[in-house]
Amino acid sequence: MNAARTLATAARVLRQLRHDPRSIALMLLVPCVMLFLLRYVFDGSPGTFDSIGASLLGIFPLITMFLVTSIATLRERTSGTLERLLAMPLGKGDLIAGYALAFGALAVVQSVLATALALWGLGLDVTGSAWLLLLVALLDALLGTALGLFVSAFAASEFQAVQFMPAVIFPQLLLCGLFISRDKMQPVLEGISNVLPMSYAVDGMNEVLRHTDLTADFIRDAAVVAGCAVLVLALGAATLRRRTA
Amino acid sequence: MPSPSPSPSASPSPSPEPPAAAVRATDLTVVRGPRPVLHALDFTVPRGQITGLLGPSGCGKSTLMRAIVGTQAKVTGTLTVLGHPAGSAELRSRIGYVTQAPSVYADLTARQNLDYFSAVLQPGRAAASHRRDDVARVITEVDLTSHADALAGNLSGGQLSRVSLAVALLGTPELLVLDEPTVGLDPVLRRDLWNLFHSIAAERGATLLVSSHVMDEAERCHRLLLMREGEILADDSPDALRAGTGAATVEDAFLHLVDQANTLQRSPR
Repeated sequence: MNAARTLATAARVLRQLRHDPRSIALMLLVPCVMLFLLRYVFDGSPGTFDSIGASLLGIFPLITMFLVTSIATLRERTSGTLERLLAMPLGKGDLIAGYALAFGALAVVQSVLATALALWGLGLDVTGSAWLLLLVALLDALLGTALGLFVSAFAASEFQAVQFMPAVIFPQLLLCGLFISRDKMQPVLEGISNVLPMSYAVDGMNEVLRHTDLTADFIRDAAVVAGCAVLVLALGAATLRRRTA
Repeated sequence: MPSPSPSPSASPSPSPEPPAAAVRATDLTVVRGPRPVLHALDFTVPRGQITGLLGPSGCGKSTLMRAIVGTQAKVTGTLTVLGHPAGSAELRSRIGYVTQAPSVYADLTARQNLDYFSAVLQPGRAAASHRRDDVARVITEVDLTSHADALAGNLSGGQLSRVSLAVALLGTPELLVLDEPTVGLDPVLRRDLWNLFHSIAAERGATLLVSSHVMDEAERCHRLLLMREGEILADDSPDALRAGTGAATVEDAFLHLVDQANTLQRSPR
């Protein structure tokens, strides 16, 4: 790994995005619009908005970053630039870390906007600190980036990459405790939800929602999400092959 | 057809054979999918010269180039590049490689593409001014000064392939592996690029391996490797090839060799 090459890669990814203002606008605005919608969908029951809104603050960055990263890396693979880069003195870790850094920076902006809107614009009632919400949102974004990088290795086209979204994200969405708390699910499903990282992302958000201080559960949830992200990033790096058929 | 019976191998070689080979292959075999695409090749690419790799499309030129660059999987046999086994980490900054399809970022300008690849080759703040000069140099070399700040996705096919070529010229690669770098370019540009290739070989002593399926480009090479169906039909200088086959052009020489190979293949049955 080489810090200068990692930073150059991150700067390049951001520069590519800058030529695509529409994508940036979609990434930043869609979560805000969704929260806004949600607030008035649950106009009659503010308590529901509190719990679902907080969970969604963690889920949005995960989904957006998953989509963006899987397509961006797939483009890198199909355009031949990946082969060119791997024939050059670039470490696989430099490339992966560069992507994670660039999309992580974008996720910061997205999460700040969404969290600020939810807390102060829409009156989301959170007991704990807004900084902790932001921290979980960031870890989720990192996890999304990691999953996207990993999955792109198994997609041969953009068409397939988009299909991976429902395959990888939707089951987690159903089982993460967003719709009903996980201990009320069928025991087998609860068992499965225990090994899916998004469950911990939502649990972490709910900890902040209900407690003023840093709970042990929160630290565990954050550590699980961060650990999963790092693990999947490493798996993603392992799917990059310098030699291909 | 009448053959003028040339004096065998008496052609004067224009450039003397350099001591060490840039690429040396022994029993090089590559398997793609179920079948071998390169069959136990033995050849050398001399240093400081332009070697043309010619043959019909699908004959294994690109696979051979990818093996030399170290991006091809399932390579067996011995393949030594600049004194190291092909694909070694220390070779990655010493080889410039241009794939057949232009591999650049369509959503960056030509200059931004070069800036990034340059930063990969020579990372760090200390090398920043050197990188700037290097990028300016290669833009001039491929004659893209007027389009340097246009988005690569908006460039024409020929301009795009020149951006891709410019990336390979960054740094001072000792070996340039160029997969059909002049496809789709107009004759003037093709002549200019071949002049550039010659000056790179003559002034920097770099080795160039250039593939093409356009036979008239063969005349511009110092040496030729003629390929057909994963095998090397001939490894010689253009003059020697013409003299050896009694053909007037390299194209005729190639066709002669292909016919000969086909007859040999058929005769045992």
